[in-house]
Parts: sequence; structure tokens; C-alpha cells
Amino acid sequence: MKIDFEHRQAAHCESGVTSNLLWNASGGKITEPLAFGIGAGLFYVYVPFIKINNGPAIAFRTFPGHIFKRTCKSLDIAVVSKKFGSKEKAQIYLDECLDNGHAVGCQVGVYYLPYFPKEYRFHFNAHNLIVYGKDGDNYLVSDPIMEGTNVMDSYQLERVRFAKGALSPKGHIYYPKENKTISDDQIRQAIKGGIKKNVYNMLNIPGSFAGVSGIKNTGLKIKKWRDKLGLEKAGLYLAQMVRMQEEIGTGGGGFRYIYGAFLQQADVYLPGNHLADISSIFTKAGDMWRTAAVHAAGIYKGRIGSQDDFNTMGDYLLEIAAIEKTAFETLKQIKWQ
Amino acid sequence: MKKDEVPQDLSSLGKITKEVCYATDSDGKYVTELSSGWEVKITALDTAWGDIQKRVAAAKQQVLEGKASPLLFFMEYRLMDVAILAGYTGFWKWQVKRHLKPEVFNTLSDNKLQKYAEAFNTKVDDLKTMTVHED
Repeated sequence: MKIDFEHRQAAHCESGVTSNLLWNASGGKITEPLAFGIGAGLFYVYVPFIKINNGPAIAFRTFPGHIFKRTCKSLDIAVVSKKFGSKEKAQIYLDECLDNGHAVGCQVGVYYLPYFPKEYRFHFNAHNLIVYGKDGDNYLVSDPIMEGTNVMDSYQLERVRFAKGALSPKGHIYYPKENKTISDDQIRQAIKGGIKKNVYNMLNIPGSFAGVSGIKNTGLKIKKWRDKLGLEKAGLYLAQMVRMQEEIGTGGGGFRYIYGAFLQQADVYLPGNHLADISSIFTKAGDMWRTAAVHAAGIYKGRIGSQDDFNTMGDYLLEIAAIEKTAFETLKQIKWQ
Repeated sequence: MKKDEVPQDLSSLGKITKEVCYATDSDGKYVTELSSGWEVKITALDTAWGDIQKRVAAAKQQVLEGKASPLLFFMEYRLMDVAILAGYTGFWKWQVKRHLKPEVFNTLSDNKLQKYAEAFNTKVDDLKTMTVHED
């Protein structure tokens, strides 16, 4: 069985899956940046007290699953979303979906994902891919971050759908219930809603771990890392931060460039609101994240490593926090034309 | 980031697939551009693996000295913590912690060892002898 589905490569797995699953319904209008922005994908969070792979828990994007859910909800598209206790039932359900002509999104862990290079396999369970057909015991897989499609046998797919550890997917499967036409007016409303939600997430979450204040707080912490953790561990922490910021699926600059692309595309739907101008602030923020990453690399490669170097690193984040604060405050003040 | 500044340093992922980056063209308009990798993240990943290799070596030493069971070695090798291993095997976390003691590990039934072997994607004999095959 094969379903009418075309693989399109994207930067980020979840916004890519969302855009690809909505492609037919939207006539290709819901691009990856639009899905990312409507889904309020941009974020920053540093969760203290939790360690991931023996390093800091830092994310530059919103919680897994939110982009798809929010985008569909904003566009008034009903969603089917299921998790399973039993591996057998999860497979039967998947097969039924494919029989009924649905390409479906699956949340998976990457550790046992066969087509990933070994160096990229960590116990990260919030990866997303699309299953769009079955050939004997082999499932046809469209992973948005890959240039081409892949094939996984039923055991391989079951293994990653039932990966264990934090955010374990439990066979999570999701897809739009029906192929509903999406109007431009719906897209306009959804863009406004997505921006509003993103403004809230970056400016108004209480505490100092999330949003713009989270970036500032991390900057202040980094200045103390050298004394507190020692040079080697501090370097490992910075390397982990850079990986979360730049590794496969961010589009570069900790998702800031995708968001810049979103605002440019949004500007076409909602002209006269200076969204394209604000987009350039995010480009600048993305550039600064990458400059900071180059500096961090100097530290984890052992080329530099004085307290001054850590102060400079921390200052980069303080500066980025100030820029992103301006950007989101400007978005907040928009009186929609 | 400008389109012509998108880095093209070959990473281990780059040998399999290029990644999509968002960058601006000469008019400042966002376009997508493929990248085969960036030296800054290649070294970040190398740094992480360097640390993992150290942990694996330290775990092996502990097992050889009789301070831990081979489970510790494979946990480090497979980047697992007690919670992840408990998830894959179906044991409770406190059971896994007990099985990390060599004297308890040596009394485990074949059935239980098989569960660990499956979780680590290895064979029972290799599990006991800390033998790894590249995969």
C-alpha cells in the first residue's frame, strides 16, 4: 500500500512533519516556517536540577508535540492523537491508518534509529517522522531532516516508537483527521495567535528559567561555571548548549532563523505590520547565538579558557537576551492592520 | 546568517544527509540552504563523545576491579542511566541498582540476563565479558 505523500526535507522534525502532513490540505501554504511560528515554536528554557546526558537541560524550542497540536488547533483542523500501552495494538493501529490512506506522524527515540549515524544517537525521545506506507514487513518512513526517505522493518520501528527514558513516546501517533481546505483568513488569524502565544512564552512565564529571563539567567550562570564545575566540565556544559542550539533540526542559530523566515512569510499575509523589519532582529539574534557558539567552541576545544573568556561568553547571552526582549516587545505592541 | 556563509564542513551526518539551514539571500530574503556540517558543532559532538569514552573506560576499570557488574560498563556504553535501563528491561530501578553489584549479578538467571542483553542490543555471553561489536 502506498499513500499519496511527497517527502519534503525540512530543518526541524516537528515543524517539518506538521508542514508535510498539512501539505495537501493547505495546498502547500503551510510551509515549515509558518508551522513553526503558528505553533509558537520558539523558546528558551534552562531547567536547573535536571541533567541530560550528564549536562545541562537546555532547549531552544517549545515542548515536544506542541507545534503540531497548536498549528492544527489554530487552523481549526481536528487531530487524532494516540498513545499505547501495548506494542501490538500500536502496530495494528498504525497499519489501519495506512490502510485508510492516512500518512501519520510518529514520535520516536533516536537511539536505535537505524539510518542515523552512530555519533548522533542519544536517548532523545522527541524526534518525529512520518510513516506513509508499508511494503511487506517494511515501513516507508519520511524523516523530515533527511534528504531522502528511509525504510524500517517492523521491529526497528517498534523499537524506536517504544524507546524508553525521559519523554518516552509510548507509540505516540498523530495525524490530521480530515483534509480540510485552509483559507488565507484562517492563516492570518493563526499567525496572530501564534505570535501572541510566543510573546507570552518568551516574556511572561514567571521565574527565571524560561524565555528571555532564562537566557539572561544562563548568561549569569555561565560566568560562574569555571569556578563551580572546573574547566573540563564547564567545557562539556558549553558543548552541550551548542549542540542543543545548532544540532540537526534547528535550522541554525537556535531556531532564531526559522522564526525570522516565519515573520517574513507572515508579512505577506499581514502587510503593514512591519513583520519583515522585526524579522531582521531575529536574524541578528541568530547571528549572535552563532558568534557565541564559536566562542564556546574555543573553550571546549581548549584553545581559550580563562575567567575572562567565561565572562565574555556570559555577556554574549546577556546581550542576546536584551535583543530578543526588544524583538518580542515590538511584536507584543503590534496593533494589527 | 547569509546564504553564502552557510558552513560546509563535512560532519559524520553530512556523509549521509545534508541539513536544511535558513539563511538570507542578497536581498535579505530568507531561503533554505543545505549544509554538510559546521566545525563548531562537529567539535561539540566530539567533546561529548570524548567524555563518554572516558566514562566507558572508567566503568570497565570498576568492573575489572570487582567494584561493579558488567551492567555498569554497558550502561555507559549505551549512554543509559538506571531509569532508561529499567524502562527497557521492565525491572524496577531498585532491582537494576542491585544487579549492578557483581555478587548479585553473578546469581542472575539466564532469563534476566537475556532482558539486559536485549536492552543493550548484545548477547548474554558478550554482556558477561564486556565484549562489544561495532554496530
